[in-house]
Amino acid sequence: MKFIKQALVVTALAAAACSAYAQEQFIPAIDYRVGPYAAGGSGFFGGAIDYMTLVNEKGGINGVKLVWEECESEYNPTRGVECYERLKKKNGGAALVEPLSTGIAYGILDRVAQDKIPMTTLGYGRSDAADGRVFPYVFPLITSYWDQAAAMIKYLGDKAGGLDKLKGKKIVHLYHDSAFGKEPLPVLDAYAQKLGFELIKIPVAHPGNEQQAQWLQIRQAKPDYVILWGWGVMNATALKSAQRNGYPREKILGVWWAGSEEDVIPAGEAAKGYTTMTFNTPGNYPVLDEIRKKVYAAGKGNLEDKSRIGSVYHMRGVTAAILWTEAIRKAQEKYGKGKVMTGEQVRWGFENLNVDDARLKALGAFGMMPPVKTSCLDHEGSGAAKVQQWDGVKWKAVTPNWITGDKAMIRKMVEESAAKYAVEKKITPRDCSKEG
Amino acid sequence: MQFFFEVLIAGLLSGVMYSLVALGFVLIYKASGVFNFAQGSMVYFAALTAVGLHDKGLSLWLSVPLTMVVMVVLALLIEKIVLRPLVAQPEISLFMATIGLSFFIEGLAQAIWGANVRALDLGIEDVPLEWVLEKANMAISQFDLIAAGIATVLVATLALFFSRTKIGRALRAVADDHQAALSIGIPLQHIWGIVWSVAGFVALVAGLLWGSRNGVQFALTFVALKALPVLILGGFTSVPGAIVGGLIIGASEKLAEVFLGPYVGGGLEGWFPYVLALLFLLIRPEGLFGEKIIRRI
Amino acid sequence: MFYREAGQFKSSYAADSQIFPIRQDRIGFGLIIAFAFLGVPLLAALGIVSNYTFTAILTPFLIFSLAALGLNILTGYAGQLSLGTAAFMAVGAFGAYNFMLRIDGMPILLAFILGGLCAAAVGIVFGLPSLRIRGFYLAASTLATQFFVVWFVTKVGWFTNYSTSGVISAQKIRMFGYTFNSSMSKYLFVLGVVSVLTLLAKNMVRTNIGRSWMAIRDMDMAAEVIGFRPMRTKLMAFAVSSFYCGVAGALFAYAYLGTVEPEGFNLDLSFRILFMVIIGGAGSILGSFLGSAFIVLLPIFLNIFLLFLETSLHLELPSGISSSIELMVFGGLIIFFLIVEPHGLARLWQIGKEKLRLWPFPH
Repeated sequence: MKFIKQALVVTALAAAACSAYAQEQFIPAIDYRVGPYAAGGSGFFGGAIDYMTLVNEKGGINGVKLVWEECESEYNPTRGVECYERLKKKNGGAALVEPLSTGIAYGILDRVAQDKIPMTTLGYGRSDAADGRVFPYVFPLITSYWDQAAAMIKYLGDKAGGLDKLKGKKIVHLYHDSAFGKEPLPVLDAYAQKLGFELIKIPVAHPGNEQQAQWLQIRQAKPDYVILWGWGVMNATALKSAQRNGYPREKILGVWWAGSEEDVIPAGEAAKGYTTMTFNTPGNYPVLDEIRKKVYAAGKGNLEDKSRIGSVYHMRGVTAAILWTEAIRKAQEKYGKGKVMTGEQVRWGFENLNVDDARLKALGAFGMMPPVKTSCLDHEGSGAAKVQQWDGVKWKAVTPNWITGDKAMIRKMVEESAAKYAVEKKITPRDCSKEG
Repeated sequence: MQFFFEVLIAGLLSGVMYSLVALGFVLIYKASGVFNFAQGSMVYFAALTAVGLHDKGLSLWLSVPLTMVVMVVLALLIEKIVLRPLVAQPEISLFMATIGLSFFIEGLAQAIWGANVRALDLGIEDVPLEWVLEKANMAISQFDLIAAGIATVLVATLALFFSRTKIGRALRAVADDHQAALSIGIPLQHIWGIVWSVAGFVALVAGLLWGSRNGVQFALTFVALKALPVLILGGFTSVPGAIVGGLIIGASEKLAEVFLGPYVGGGLEGWFPYVLALLFLLIRPEGLFGEKIIRRI
Repeated sequence: MFYREAGQFKSSYAADSQIFPIRQDRIGFGLIIAFAFLGVPLLAALGIVSNYTFTAILTPFLIFSLAALGLNILTGYAGQLSLGTAAFMAVGAFGAYNFMLRIDGMPILLAFILGGLCAAAVGIVFGLPSLRIRGFYLAASTLATQFFVVWFVTKVGWFTNYSTSGVISAQKIRMFGYTFNSSMSKYLFVLGVVSVLTLLAKNMVRTNIGRSWMAIRDMDMAAEVIGFRPMRTKLMAFAVSSFYCGVAGALFAYAYLGTVEPEGFNLDLSFRILFMVIIGGAGSILGSFLGSAFIVLLPIFLNIFLLFLETSLHLELPSGISSSIELMVFGGLIIFFLIVEPHGLARLWQIGKEKLRLWPFPH
């Protein structure tokens, strides 16, 4: 009896604690903290939650507090869909969702449109979702795979002394043999044809913990550059195999899934000099200091290991949370300040984001990410990326400015692909001139 | 032609790394007739424990033996809690129990040490041997050579252990029939404890070598997938089979990927070893060196 | 006491060979079916059962039950261990997608059946080695199916209609002018398909085919001696099993996920379905459903339960720990159930029935 009484008291207390704030905006965190990709999941969602805690510490968004609930998806689509369904209606309804997993994102692609909840896919997922007319509820913010591939070629061209200098060069695309690794192929093929370089495609079977065959092929081909489109253990293995085959790491350019501390640390010395794409400039920013001071000093930090603050995945999570909160803020400007927004209203916020340099400065994140400006037509908002290099201890930016590839070409491909999707799914694209 | 040999040698060396993992499976199958699905998790657990202790400030000379102690304790616990109650149950239930075990071990490893990836430096540099590179223009890693040496010693020792000692002979009786072995007075519990400890030791060696190759991370559990074709090709019950199977699988997989891959779009390393092993099985259904299964009505 | 067949006399062969010879079973089963088809939607209409239950629990539960049933036919009844279930599901899903896409006005159910038949064909091809290979050797070599099929679907762009992302997005389920959009209608659709196929399976395992499977399972040489042809029997088991898995795969894509990448049908999924069969009970139709419920519901339940514990006890566990504990408990429970009942949950039900028959008298 005593036990039951105690339990009741505890539950009541918990309930009271939960309802202390009247105005709460709910964000589900469908994350993964165990399994092969746990390092990415814990860093990214750690960063996002840290930033949201910081926003709450500073009084929320016009007084509206952010609340969230974590749900372990184990990177498994079935678990992820269950998490989404469990959390979407909770606490007044989800404002947005970000699964950080291609499989889960696909599993809820149709569902978010039906439930009217915007989904952000920061730097992954369908590249053609940038066409907001066909995908009103999906936001591949900042840089999709296609824009990233284009930026890669631009960077390699600049390095060679101009895009025309790539003519006759050999570039190897070493990729994870899956939908993910094949996604940039149309872009790279188009560039190869346009610029006249030779593109050698070498796939690596999942999980990619053995790559001797691939690197012998690379050694044989003697390419000028290797694009590493890898994921998970494949990245560290690639760097190690490059070392054992004597291929200089400076000539390897990784995708942003291959460009975190977690990808290079296991490779140890072999990773020194390796370059990857990123949409964050590595370094320290006022917003990170604020997180250290107001969140971690108060014991509210999400990361177990404080040294991971400002690591690539953590910063990416902070970036995501900045965009989320800015979208909610934007929505509040239109639908009423200090009110809790519905998913549909937040969607409008995402579609009218304008996070320029001035705004980033105010947030203490100037230079950390490229400015983002979205519209009904363009759900990506930027398309820019940077290149960073591992010096054995930390990442350093090697391009001072944000680089973008051939935006017009990519846009054309996005529209073609989205139109095809619309026909297949019998979707009538929205008319953007009628959107307010 | 020179490229062909380069690929062949690389394949053989990779194959030895596969054998190392396959060995753990063979040991347990031989001794208890259990297909131990948790072997991959044990590799991960062992490597993570060794590195975790090392990161806490212990030297490798201390952390590795300590990990071995942990693996022995784990083996004894597995025997007591999981295997003993399941004596003489159908093979498939035992198999399933090891799957449950693999979940448990993976969870345990991450609960204790966190899910972060870690680097492991054994002090063996993973660079091409210079004089081979100069003389023959072939890149052969010295790390691979040392790993191959370790694997060979391990296999030779275990093969002797199984064929020459009393315990070795008792093991074969146990594998045939648990209850029969018990009834003629073979101490099943002891034997299982010993075998799982040895399998733990093999997992530790495999974990250290693979871990220093690709980093100590969850993906270490995937090396089991590389070991399975080796296992079926060499036979579940044969220690030398594991090494021969490894060599065959490693070499043919690399050769197929390099010379066949470009015609079919590449990436066939995932399934090719399995198909190859399957072809061998069609000729000899119990693997190259497996004990011949005699079936009577 | 409640479960006694005393006094129920059979006076014809038809009555004696019906699926549920005992009246209590008939009533119970009827009640379950009525509840699934009518009761659950009614509860939903009253607001007791939420949308979440349909779309996140009941639908995947039914789909996985069907897949587990398929594997159970192969593993439980015919004794052929397979780790390639997800591959057959992939064939079903990608097959159905292409039939829908390329043939105008294709009825969805026909597309599912054709997808299932494609899976059956693939199943026969990859079942051929089973004529020579046995046990774990066979299990490990079925992994060839798993990896090859996923690789093949990824490699050949035609299967995904040259989608640049390499994924398929399932078309809407439309029948007789009605579109299955809401989660409840999708549930009913899945329930309909699963019920019909389960009934078929239940009958199949009682007929000559089913008996020949079990004979092969128990001892294939003996079965051969008494006149069962092992080749036909084993391949038949592979075909039927793959057909079921194929249809389950199509449902998985159409009624559950919507958009699927080939990696969605990975080895993990194959293992998950094998767990269901073993935990539920090999060689039992009921076991497939129990196993599926166990594997689908247990992680969700654990997740919610641990979360509740944390909030109610004000435990500030580091975020990674609770996920790890979840894994440990899950693994521990699997072992626990196997020790308590190595023959699966279905056996527990049988024991329960036996108890009910005697209760309250001990003999």
